Amino acid sequence: MSATTSADWAAHKVLPTWVPGAASGAGVVLGVAGVIAGLPPIVGVLIALAVVTLVLIPWSIAVEGSRRARDRMVTVAVTGAFALAVAPLISLLWTVVDRGMERFDMTLFSESMRGVVGAGGGVQHAIVGTLVITGLATLASVPVGVLAAIYLHEYGRGGKLARSISFFVDVMTGIPSIVAGLFAYALFALIFGPGIRMGVIGSVALCLLMIPIVVRSTEEMLRVVPNHLREAAYGLGVPKWLTIVKVVLPTAFAGIVTGCMLAIARVVGETAPLLITTGAVTSVNANPFGGRMENLAVFAYNQYANPGVPRDPYIARAWAAALTLLLIVMVLSLLARVVSARFGVRSR
Amino acid sequence: MTEPSADVRTSEQTEVPSVPLGQAVGAAGASVTSTAPTVAAKSIEVRDLDIYYGAFHAVRGVSMTIKPNKVTALIGSSGCGKSTFLRSLNRMHELVRGAYVDGNVELDGRDIYASGTDPVAVRRQIGMVFQQPNPFPTMSIYDNVAAGLKLNRSKLKGKELDEIVERALRGAHLWNEVKDRLDKPGSGLSGGQQQRLCIARATAVEPDVLLMDEPCSALDPIATVAIENLIAELKNRYTIAIVTHNMQQAARASDYTAFFNIDRSGDPGQLVELDDTETIFSRPANPATEAYISGRFG
Repeated sequence: MSATTSADWAAHKVLPTWVPGAASGAGVVLGVAGVIAGLPPIVGVLIALAVVTLVLIPWSIAVEGSRRARDRMVTVAVTGAFALAVAPLISLLWTVVDRGMERFDMTLFSESMRGVVGAGGGVQHAIVGTLVITGLATLASVPVGVLAAIYLHEYGRGGKLARSISFFVDVMTGIPSIVAGLFAYALFALIFGPGIRMGVIGSVALCLLMIPIVVRSTEEMLRVVPNHLREAAYGLGVPKWLTIVKVVLPTAFAGIVTGCMLAIARVVGETAPLLITTGAVTSVNANPFGGRMENLAVFAYNQYANPGVPRDPYIARAWAAALTLLLIVMVLSLLARVVSARFGVRSR
Repeated sequence: MTEPSADVRTSEQTEVPSVPLGQAVGAAGASVTSTAPTVAAKSIEVRDLDIYYGAFHAVRGVSMTIKPNKVTALIGSSGCGKSTFLRSLNRMHELVRGAYVDGNVELDGRDIYASGTDPVAVRRQIGMVFQQPNPFPTMSIYDNVAAGLKLNRSKLKGKELDEIVERALRGAHLWNEVKDRLDKPGSGLSGGQQQRLCIARATAVEPDVLLMDEPCSALDPIATVAIENLIAELKNRYTIAIVTHNMQQAARASDYTAFFNIDRSGDPGQLVELDDTETIFSRPANPATEAYISGRFG
């Protein structure tokens, strides 16, 4: 009996645990070497994947048999898909940081482009514009979006109105941002006449893009709040609106904040609608009703598309603006995390 | 009964001074074999109650009295409408779209379905404990117990609220276990503790009637015994109706037992028999009841 068992064990060998790690190590080393040698990062990732597959799979077939080899194959495929998806992201991040650092200095934040030709100058006016325009859009669309989601999920569920709103929210999600910009511009042009440029018009355009995202994500979060919590509150004789304010919303708070954050991140880098609605300007303007307003995305676009001579300082400023935008989004994300950790569901 | 007032609660408060309430709970907390003075609770009278979910007829023609300061157990097979019936006693079933009832449910002579009656006011007087322990995850233990009061009439502050919370937690036999961590979240407690927390939360608003929908089915035997002992004490102050799948529990914990049944799946559920628990489990009048409790079906 014991003889056959040990024979079975002997017949079912597996690779030592260090083998997958060693194979992927070899792949990564070769891939990185390729990138350093001047190949594009994607090719580097593909080289790494090919190396891992060519080393691991035949070895696995030889030692472990086809069943385990298939398992390893799928593991490599899934990990590889992840690496492929992340590679462009890392590459982009690296490029932005690398090129943005050239002009990432104090004057970037302390100066605007007023009267600047050639080198020097800063993006203070664009930072102010981005914060004001996006802030105004957030201020308007978060309450509207969250309340709409509350209506859709808590009050109108299954009704005709709720279903049609739901449908149009889905349609709005698909609106190209340039269309939102044209709509906002046309709306204000009707009132103030053609050629009008104001920060608030840009905010209206961004609102159109944000609201569907906020509605969808908030609705999703309300759906995850267990029904027995609502019942518990009703069972205590708490009215419906108080149940929503004091029980449902706090429980879903972290998710709602994350959803709003996603919506902000989605619009903070919008260029096309702002190009139409807010125009471009070289000095600081913090009044959304006071004419043209610069913002980071449009600034980067204009610096790159219409550089002066020499070109280099303009291009460098464009990259620095992109890096600043990236940092703003990152800071907002961190802030959202802190807020939702502080006020969300408490565990222990 | 005097003339019905706008708030159903006021008449009860004149009958029952608040000082004995506190003593009753204090004494109950001290000993399990409760000799605590009884506080008169209210009875529920149900006449010809039919419950519908849209076109679906869920419960038909139930007439029964739920006696004050007694535990009435509702037993029966799954889907026989006992939970629906229990929920109709404080209008919780109305949360389902299209649900309505036909018939009368009276709390000490006042129809809870009378036109113009706010279901929210009804639920303040007829509290509910659910199958799954459901403390609010965003609130501390203290806030959970105080939730019903805080959310309804937020005037209560500081010491007064502290006293009510302590009284409710003592009444639910939870005080000694949680008194040092009242500010910790309720979700950190064990299942049995969470359920007792929910009972404390339900009793903190001082309802007249407590409805319990299978309060022990998610708990282990030890926690179940704790809840059953608690129920035996709570009936000194409240009228209790409890749905249970566990016939031993009905036999142990209740004074009266009502047996619900359906003829065929899809038919409305009906009340077959209501009697002393003793009688139901020894000499039931209806053969269907006997078949159910002796385990021949269900």
